[in-house]
Amino acid sequence: MEQINAIELKNVTKRFGEVIANDSVNFSVRKGEILSVLGENGSGKTTLMNMLSGIYFPDEGQIFINGNEVMIRSPKDSFALGIGMIHQHFKLIDILTAAENIILGLQGSKTLKMNQVHEEINKLTAEYGFDLNPSQKIYNMSVSQKQTVEIVKVLYRGADILILDEPTAVLTPQETKKLFDVLRNMKKAGKSIIIITHKLNEVLELSDRVTVLRKGKYIGTVNTAEATADSLTEMMVGEKVKLDIDRTEPSNTEKRIEMRGITCRNREGLKVLKEASFQAYSGEILGIAGIAGSGQKELLEAIAGLQTIESGEILYYAPDGSTNKISDMKATDIRELKIHLSFVPEDRLGMGLVGSMDLTDNMMLRSYKEGKHFFVDRKKPKNLANSIVEKLDVITPGVDTPVRHLSGGNVQKVLVGREIASNPTVLMVAYPVRGLDINSSYTIYNLLNEQKEKGVAVICVGEDLDVLLDLCDRILVLNSGRVAGVLDARKTTKEEIGLMMTSDRKGAHKHEQRSGK
Amino acid sequence: MSKEAANKEVFLRMTKRDSISKRKAWAIRGIAVVLSLILCALIIVALTNDNPFQVYLGIIDGAVGRKRRFWVTVRETMVLLIIAVGLTPAFKMRFWNIGAEGQILMGGTATAAMMIYFGNAMPNWLLLLVIFIVSSLAGMLWGLLPAVFKAYYNTNETLFTLMLNYVAMQIVTFCIVFWENPAGSNTVGIINGATRKGWFRNIFGQQYVLNVIIVLIMTLAVYLYMKHSKQGYEIAVVGESQNTAKYAGINVKKVIIRTMMISGGICGLAGSIIVSGASHTISTSTAGGRGFTAIIVAWMSKFNPVAMLLVSAFLVFMQQGSIQIASQYGLNENASDIITGILLFFLIGCEFFINYKVEFRKSKKEVQ
Amino acid sequence: MSLLLTFLQNAISQGVSILFGASGEIVTEKSGNLNLGIPGIMYMGGISGLMAAFFYEKSTGHPNAFIGLLISLLVTMLASAFGGLIYSVLTITLRANQNVVGLALTTFGVGFGNFFGGSISKLAGGVGQISVKTTASAYRAKIPGLSGIPVIGDLLFSYGFLTYFSVILAVLLAFFLKKTRKGLNLRAIGEDPGAADAAGINVSRYKYTATISGAAIAGLGGLYFVMEYLGGTWNNNGFGDRGWLAIALVILALWKPVNAIWGSFLFGGLYILYIYLPGLTRATQELCKMLPYVVTIIVLILSSKRNKHENQPPASLGEAYFREER
Repeated sequence: MEQINAIELKNVTKRFGEVIANDSVNFSVRKGEILSVLGENGSGKTTLMNMLSGIYFPDEGQIFINGNEVMIRSPKDSFALGIGMIHQHFKLIDILTAAENIILGLQGSKTLKMNQVHEEINKLTAEYGFDLNPSQKIYNMSVSQKQTVEIVKVLYRGADILILDEPTAVLTPQETKKLFDVLRNMKKAGKSIIIITHKLNEVLELSDRVTVLRKGKYIGTVNTAEATADSLTEMMVGEKVKLDIDRTEPSNTEKRIEMRGITCRNREGLKVLKEASFQAYSGEILGIAGIAGSGQKELLEAIAGLQTIESGEILYYAPDGSTNKISDMKATDIRELKIHLSFVPEDRLGMGLVGSMDLTDNMMLRSYKEGKHFFVDRKKPKNLANSIVEKLDVITPGVDTPVRHLSGGNVQKVLVGREIASNPTVLMVAYPVRGLDINSSYTIYNLLNEQKEKGVAVICVGEDLDVLLDLCDRILVLNSGRVAGVLDARKTTKEEIGLMMTSDRKGAHKHEQRSGK
Repeated sequence: MSKEAANKEVFLRMTKRDSISKRKAWAIRGIAVVLSLILCALIIVALTNDNPFQVYLGIIDGAVGRKRRFWVTVRETMVLLIIAVGLTPAFKMRFWNIGAEGQILMGGTATAAMMIYFGNAMPNWLLLLVIFIVSSLAGMLWGLLPAVFKAYYNTNETLFTLMLNYVAMQIVTFCIVFWENPAGSNTVGIINGATRKGWFRNIFGQQYVLNVIIVLIMTLAVYLYMKHSKQGYEIAVVGESQNTAKYAGINVKKVIIRTMMISGGICGLAGSIIVSGASHTISTSTAGGRGFTAIIVAWMSKFNPVAMLLVSAFLVFMQQGSIQIASQYGLNENASDIITGILLFFLIGCEFFINYKVEFRKSKKEVQ
Repeated sequence: MSLLLTFLQNAISQGVSILFGASGEIVTEKSGNLNLGIPGIMYMGGISGLMAAFFYEKSTGHPNAFIGLLISLLVTMLASAFGGLIYSVLTITLRANQNVVGLALTTFGVGFGNFFGGSISKLAGGVGQISVKTTASAYRAKIPGLSGIPVIGDLLFSYGFLTYFSVILAVLLAFFLKKTRKGLNLRAIGEDPGAADAAGINVSRYKYTATISGAAIAGLGGLYFVMEYLGGTWNNNGFGDRGWLAIALVILALWKPVNAIWGSFLFGGLYILYIYLPGLTRATQELCKMLPYVVTIIVLILSSKRNKHENQPPASLGEAYFREER
């Protein structure tokens, strides 16, 4: 007898412009099971789930809920089908209470009977083992409390399919354990649960089956009981792809940057870097790997003078032998010391460039102050823009076109070109090839290699392990704000990095033996 | 909500255009202007029962038909233009300065004070110079206040500048008490009517040439400042993204305060042009809502100086013209505000069709 | 004693227009729309009600006060709702900038009021000659019996029904916002339309409804002014800057309708305080009139500095909302 699946997707495709986020994905969830969706950053997990929750609409393919084909065009449609999604970024109203957020947008009696609602919520939380005060305001809550509100909100609406997008990314181990207990209770109550994650130990601990996506494609589904951390990593990262990147041996390596025990907090007060220490050398490319949000952004921004540092120090060793402590300096101070730190941030149009300005104006973003004139000199930036357009084959109608109108690859060439043009001693790049086509990607790799050969200390945050392995000399692995280790890129393997990124502690292998039995 | 109900929604898609050719954009604006003129014509015809062409001929005659009317239209255009120019740096920084009214009044009051107290103390050219400086300072102060609080406490600048308009108005009425002329009239009357001290002098035999010169110089200066100075560059970056500004090493607080001082200063100068160069008196209606209209002018022109000149001229033309036809047909002159309002609604509304594409998309499948 | 009594009475009657305006604006702002067209809308509401009553009284030999009242009330609300509709179409559907649209609407509305006010004044035979005595008498009718009680009757029961209605309305709005499902949804939209949308609330519909009904409520402030305050006549720009005071009051009231009640009487009092304060010269009187605005600025600064969550403007105020912006 064939069991009817709670959710079944057939050949679902979603494109954003030229990028295919999901390529003909097939996927199913059984009733009363916990299914993990596993994949690297950019593998299309969240996009897929957003099509179930009505945020996106698929370009092609069919969706079946409980055996019936449906069309989900809005979050409302999704609710009506009993699907509830807990987004990574909570959709809660800060000034309202938990209970008010939970009943938001629901039909019912015209006036609010909050006492009754509180009772209902308390009943629900008792049933599944949540810890929640319905009359607490959201702005007074910790992240895990907010998450609880989101889950209760979905349950209160009678959802029997729950989707959780990276629920443990923001939780402490204790909170994670509590969440898993609750999820198991929900499973017992017959709910179907989808949990998006890239933490292998959690997958193994919690789920019944695992679906793996890679680069927008469906790779396969396995029963957790038959899987191990190694087999899952292999599915997730895939075969090692050999890239033709010309990597030379590092030469003339000198210490340039030394980070000592840096701790930073984000705006919510959470620690995003935890006593991070490392050194970067001239003439080499240091890769930084980690799952999204492990502190990569803060690491680079701390060096660039854009991050408030709680403790620790960062030293800069100049080629002339002098040493500067740059951890208590702002970006402007660092520049005034004539320390050439170049930085290609992740947010290209929101930080590195000004979208509405043309190429010329963007060239002078970091150098416009040079000279004593009241007016800016646009001759030099214009020449620079022209030479970048020519050298890097930037496709643009002209240097007076707003960069917003350029394609992603060309935007990145402009940004990287500018940063390199300032003759840096340290070059930091975050996700340099994200969203770029193959040719543009290779242009960027070559540029980074060129810089390395010129004796620049290159620090490169990346998400594609194949690239990091073939491009970098050493790879630093970040795991929830900690430096999990620094590996030799020529000797390590994808699996080794993958495990270091995803497991709880450094002793990933030990952990695997325990859970894998 | 049931599934059926959800499916009944028309699948209307609005997508942001990547870019639009200049010609197409202007064609859309042209259509909007024509539609608004047709609507205005219908309203005027309903009120006057006259042939709409007659009415529009009347408008043209009213705006530029006589030499005197032409120069009044020019003068008013210049006033609107300089206020819009003054607002430009603030708006470019995404700072909602809706306090131009107050800044103009402060500048105007400072001007009147100089004319009254120093009318006989110095030669006219020096007096005018003093007037320009003091009026700019007065406007600057009125721009500085909200900027400081915005920079340090992130106080809502829209509401702050709005309130300052009315504080400025009370300062004007306060001063009127002392400057009243004749006594008991509760107005200031024409200041230095006999000596013409502190008045703009005729150039080439025309009364308003100096107004034009000053406004055009300021327009050019602000254009150069915004386009070619380092400070102007900083303003553009701050307005676009504070994140980028920090990345570029820009002191955001400093830029906010400095820019608002410039913006307020120019609006203060506009006050002196109104008082010294046109009305020669001061009252609470010296700004007369132009501080608000100029916001719309600056915003619609996307801060392009030529566009600002054209939009200002168009609005003033229609206003002056409709004041004329109003008196011709025995209507009252507030008709011009209604006309301005309608023109603005259409011009504001048409921007949507420049920025967005509207598509109808039929749903592929219905749920059974 | 009697001076204090007249002061309080006048403060209240000054406050009513502002209270209507502020109540309407609070509802509007709770949906995330900062409608700076409210001053214009109040002019539109005032003149439309007056015109309706004027033409009604002209058309019939024996006008009935009650019918005049109903007609003018209805026309006022329709006209001001129309103002709200213009604003909504431009800002919600056509996504135009809220400040720009609001200011244009105020230009339009004030012109509308003064134009028709001036025109029917002419019809009636000159400035200040419009008179809709019969209808106005209905608006000015005091509560029989109770208003006869000395002092208390004068202080509490000597006003027309719109005065009481303004207070009741503010209380009802407070109840609506705090205690009803729709009110909760509306508050959520003003804070975070994205989250409200995700919770299945029709954001556009709420924004339209709130803005249009807010405008209709504000229009009553204009009607109160021409009917009860002026006794059924018009003078151009007579309404003055009360519309902007209403917007100021929203800040002072920290977006809570109940605060707006006492706030409006405070504003009304501050507005006319100069008449009653002994020892003021004409000049210091003018400075005294500055008080409502200065108080508002201080409240604005303090609330931004103290940064208490409940006292902030709706978080999405002034921003347009679109769902799939990619």
